Amino acid sequence: MSTASQPGPVSIPAPRSRTRQRSNYELYSWLFMRVSGIVLVFLVLGHLFIMNILDGGVQRINFAFVAGRWSSPFWQVWDLMMLWLAMLHGTNGMRTIINDYAERDQTRFWLKMILFVAAGFIILLGTLVIFTFDPNIG
Amino acid sequence: MTATVDAPATPAPVTTDVTFRVRRYLPEVDEEPHWEEYTVPLYPTDRVLTALEKIKGEIDGTLTFRRSCGHGICGSDAMRINGRNRLACKTLVKDLDITKAITVEAIKGLPLEKDLIVDMEPFFAAYRAVLPFLITDGHEPTRERLQSAEDRARFDDTTKCILCACCTTSCPVYWTDGQYFGPAAIVAANRFIFDSRDTGAEQRLEILNDREGVWRCRTTFNCTDACPRGIEVTKAIQEVKRALIFRRV
Repeated sequence: MSTASQPGPVSIPAPRSRTRQRSNYELYSWLFMRVSGIVLVFLVLGHLFIMNILDGGVQRINFAFVAGRWSSPFWQVWDLMMLWLAMLHGTNGMRTIINDYAERDQTRFWLKMILFVAAGFIILLGTLVIFTFDPNIG
Repeated sequence: MTATVDAPATPAPVTTDVTFRVRRYLPEVDEEPHWEEYTVPLYPTDRVLTALEKIKGEIDGTLTFRRSCGHGICGSDAMRINGRNRLACKTLVKDLDITKAITVEAIKGLPLEKDLIVDMEPFFAAYRAVLPFLITDGHEPTRERLQSAEDRARFDDTTKCILCACCTTSCPVYWTDGQYFGPAAIVAANRFIFDSRDTGAEQRLEILNDREGVWRCRTTFNCTDACPRGIEVTKAIQEVKRALIFRRV
């Protein structure tokens, strides 16, 4: 009787490969979505209320109105926080959607690259405008 | 004296012709899966599994599906019935709308092998990866490992899993990303993470903290709706998330 035809011991394949480095990145990004979401509710609703409802709403918005608000550090910080939180929140959400629905690694990579470049550009441009805004420009 | 059988008081139930649209795929013959219709006479209390067995036995012997116990405990006959993941042996004809054809197809997200059979290996690979067994340290006790009733109740819900894959294959994240552990594996991890006798919680949490771990869950509740055992799957996943946050942050 030949032993060659005998099946070998049942082998259980090694557990599926996992990401090698330990990182809490996904945990923090999940937590950031919740926290930034709550903060944004107040920032955005406050912003909409001031811009659209209070004292005549949109009719009174002009260059002088914006210049007047941005002369106060409070509104600068408000708008800056709104810009950063909304952009990071939205970018992180889009990153998740791309991870969910883009099936090929190449597609995933390039979609995320476009996303990150666009987000970085808007964040930088917005921050630059808030800090270098000149009320005497025109 | 032997017991005598009285004539049944209620009239005998009558059968109705029920049409099934089954998504067939025979890899030797078909290039693509296609739908085929079969009509079988059934009692309202018959199960979908009975219908499939009738089709296989009386109409088309090539119909292929898994079944084992036929009583909702082995988890072999998970399939998509009228668009929802269920066990064919726990779905009664009277609970379905028989005015239209009942659609039956294989569960989604796992490689289709034949008719209603999928390759379950990716599913079990994810299950194995969460270390679904008791991990302890120190010396083995000479008596059994005792546990209070409260400690046992803590993870009672997740002990009910029969690994049928209804939850994992109803998850839209799993459909598009086969690397995601999937609800069933997280349920299996939950069962040991919250077991007071087990000391491997830290290892399992580390595994599920992975890029493809619990953070991919979108809480769509498809898994909870699909579970034939009534496990609150989404809640089990949320418990693991909470454990991760409050241990590490």
